[in-house]
Amino acid sequence: MLKKYALALTIILVMVLSACGPAATQPPAGEVTQPPAVEVTQPPAAEATEPPVAGPAVTELNILWAQWDPADYLQQMGNMYEAETGIKVNIIQEPWGTFGDRFFTEMAAGGDAWDMVVGDSQWLGQGATQGHYLDITEFLVGEGIDKTVTPATLSSYGEYPAGSGTYYAYPTEGDADGWAYRKDLFEDPAEMAAFKEQYGYDLAPPATYEQLRDIAMFFTRPDAGLYGLAIYTQADYDALTMGVENAFFSFGGQWQDENNNVLGVVNSPEAIAGVEFYRSLYECCQAPGLSNAFFAEVNDAFIGGKVAMAMNYFAFFPALVNPEVNPHAAGTGFFVNPAGPDGDQFAALGGQGMTIISYISPERQEASKAFIRWFAQESIQVEWGRVGGYTCNINVLGSEEFLNATPYNAAFAETMTFVKDFWNVPVFGELLLVAQTELGKYIVNGEGTAEEAMNAIAEQHDAILTEAGLKK
Amino acid sequence: MSSVSTSQPSNRRRHLSDRAILNLFIWPTLILLIAMNIFPLFYSLYLSFTDYSAIAREIPIWIGFDNFSKILNDEQLWQYFATTGQYVLLSVGLQTIFGFGMAMLVREKFRGSGLLTTLILVPMMLSPVVVGLFWKLMYNPTFGYVNYLLGFTNPVAAPDFLASSWARESVPGLALMAVVLVDAWMWTPFVMLLVLSGLKAIPDYLYEAAAIDRASSWFQFWRITLPQVAPLLLIAVLFRTIEAIKSFDLVMGMTGGGPGGQTELIAINLYRQAFQGQFRTGPASALAYIILIIIIAISNLYIRYLNQMRGED
Repeated sequence: MLKKYALALTIILVMVLSACGPAATQPPAGEVTQPPAVEVTQPPAAEATEPPVAGPAVTELNILWAQWDPADYLQQMGNMYEAETGIKVNIIQEPWGTFGDRFFTEMAAGGDAWDMVVGDSQWLGQGATQGHYLDITEFLVGEGIDKTVTPATLSSYGEYPAGSGTYYAYPTEGDADGWAYRKDLFEDPAEMAAFKEQYGYDLAPPATYEQLRDIAMFFTRPDAGLYGLAIYTQADYDALTMGVENAFFSFGGQWQDENNNVLGVVNSPEAIAGVEFYRSLYECCQAPGLSNAFFAEVNDAFIGGKVAMAMNYFAFFPALVNPEVNPHAAGTGFFVNPAGPDGDQFAALGGQGMTIISYISPERQEASKAFIRWFAQESIQVEWGRVGGYTCNINVLGSEEFLNATPYNAAFAETMTFVKDFWNVPVFGELLLVAQTELGKYIVNGEGTAEEAMNAIAEQHDAILTEAGLKK
Repeated sequence: MSSVSTSQPSNRRRHLSDRAILNLFIWPTLILLIAMNIFPLFYSLYLSFTDYSAIAREIPIWIGFDNFSKILNDEQLWQYFATTGQYVLLSVGLQTIFGFGMAMLVREKFRGSGLLTTLILVPMMLSPVVVGLFWKLMYNPTFGYVNYLLGFTNPVAAPDFLASSWARESVPGLALMAVVLVDAWMWTPFVMLLVLSGLKAIPDYLYEAAAIDRASSWFQFWRITLPQVAPLLLIAVLFRTIEAIKSFDLVMGMTGGGPGGQTELIAINLYRQAFQGQFRTGPASALAYIILIIIIAISNLYIRYLNQMRGED
């Protein structure tokens, strides 16, 4: 009897251990066998008038996204799709902190738990080179869907490598950093007069970073519990780097040149000046208690009336115009990221694109394409914007209805034309950790100089890119 | 009918011997232990010698001691180890002193002593993440209670503990001290509890004999109380040292390793390397093993000292 038990348990044990073992039989990166692309015969999206057709066996689509309001909005769109086609759409939401972990561990196992993912732009390199994402170039270009979205969002959310014309995602939730400001303060006649007297020009949403700092300093009044601004400083994931990028790019900084060289690029005088400027904003005008701040802390500072201006992703601005959340909602205005000293104007990219998972069956891939085809229609994008999503559709972004729908939509539409992103290569995580560490030391900790920080980033980025074979 | 139903259990008992029942209890546990603990332990040891990312869909490539070599030559990581060392020394030191002191205070029975002891124990029953987030609010320079109780009303002139600044001037180490104080607040009751159980186990006749010999209170403490409690105190210090080296949740909740890496403990950095877009599974496994070796080494020192102490007894 004992022998039988032992044999059975040994078999179970071997099965468990073998299931936990490395994927030794999986092909290495770059050789991942993708399911064959299916020829697309549907009419262009702009001309699509008939209901989308999906594979007969597919009755349900699962889309993974982070847990936040836009995912709820997408669920509303999914409900519309179900009403039209009978195909149920489930938006599976994962908290931001574990969103990437959950997705990539599932992908490492070649899992097909979801048909699509609305993933971060920085994941593109990993998703494309490791075979997780389906190449949808033929689908997007063939049906003219690529022409319906702004070029900056198509390339940022969908293209890998940059400039290759190969697409893996449909720009779904456009997002970038913008600014909220207290209109009640900016438009107060006494404040306007005092500002003009002190700085010699009118108090208005800043057009340049110099003006932004002037205004921030003007409103920094500790005795009144008011400070100039709230900006990102958090060491976690990408918060601080995304905040710094706004000034960094606008001052002429770059993360790489066209050959992926970083030495002399990341630590160029322009890049150093941008980082120095961000530090000066933190030093002069950041509200106290915001040394570990990301979107939630920045919004809290603004809602609490502690700051005159707050930098944040547009996706988090709906709370600021909600009177139940923000007591200053009626007096809240929005402006785009200001220009640098040479007129360059960029904003750090947020947002995500919708990607089809390569490990699902061809029928499910077709059904997923049918959903994207439906979702990309202009009328549906209008509805997407109406429920609260940030469309990347050119026509919708330019429409009066969209521009006037919320107080921040005009700034959002303008920002979507000058977004710029961090690296999206497979080693982006290592590059990001270096940037977060070195920028944190200089900006938040006040250690060393901007030049030392950027030199350190350049050297470490160079080593990582060289090891990864990404330098051309 | 009734005879059939009564005979069935006895038949079943005949089929299941004591050995079989024993196996039924032991093997599932053993399998779970092997699958959830033993296998990952050895598998991660193997991975620590490889270039491997859990999300890369590539097989691990054997690179020998490269990961360990890189870690041991990485100045930044040594800095994190140093920060962790400071944190452990300060935190466990404070917990030992205050834990012992509080145990001495609540040692004697008095009206409400039971309630007081229970209240003192509350902090260690809370979730470290919740404690971290609450203290983050309490340390806030504009509306936090800490500055209010310290008498600061102007946030610009006040300390911003978690930003390591005072009146907008950088004060390196302030954030680490703030985190240490919270850890001490949370875990002092644990030390107190163990010391208290040691104190209550000291026989009264030892003190009575000392009193007859007219021994001073200091003498009684030094020659009776401390030696009698020392083994339990050392166990408390051992547990707290191990936990402090692995500290993650409390610090992550309060500072996220900031400002500028001032509270980046080694466990936080390990998390960053293992997850957070990195997924450097090979190097992270190597770092985890280095931390494990350090913990085992320190624990051995404690245990040897403890054994020596018992030998002297």
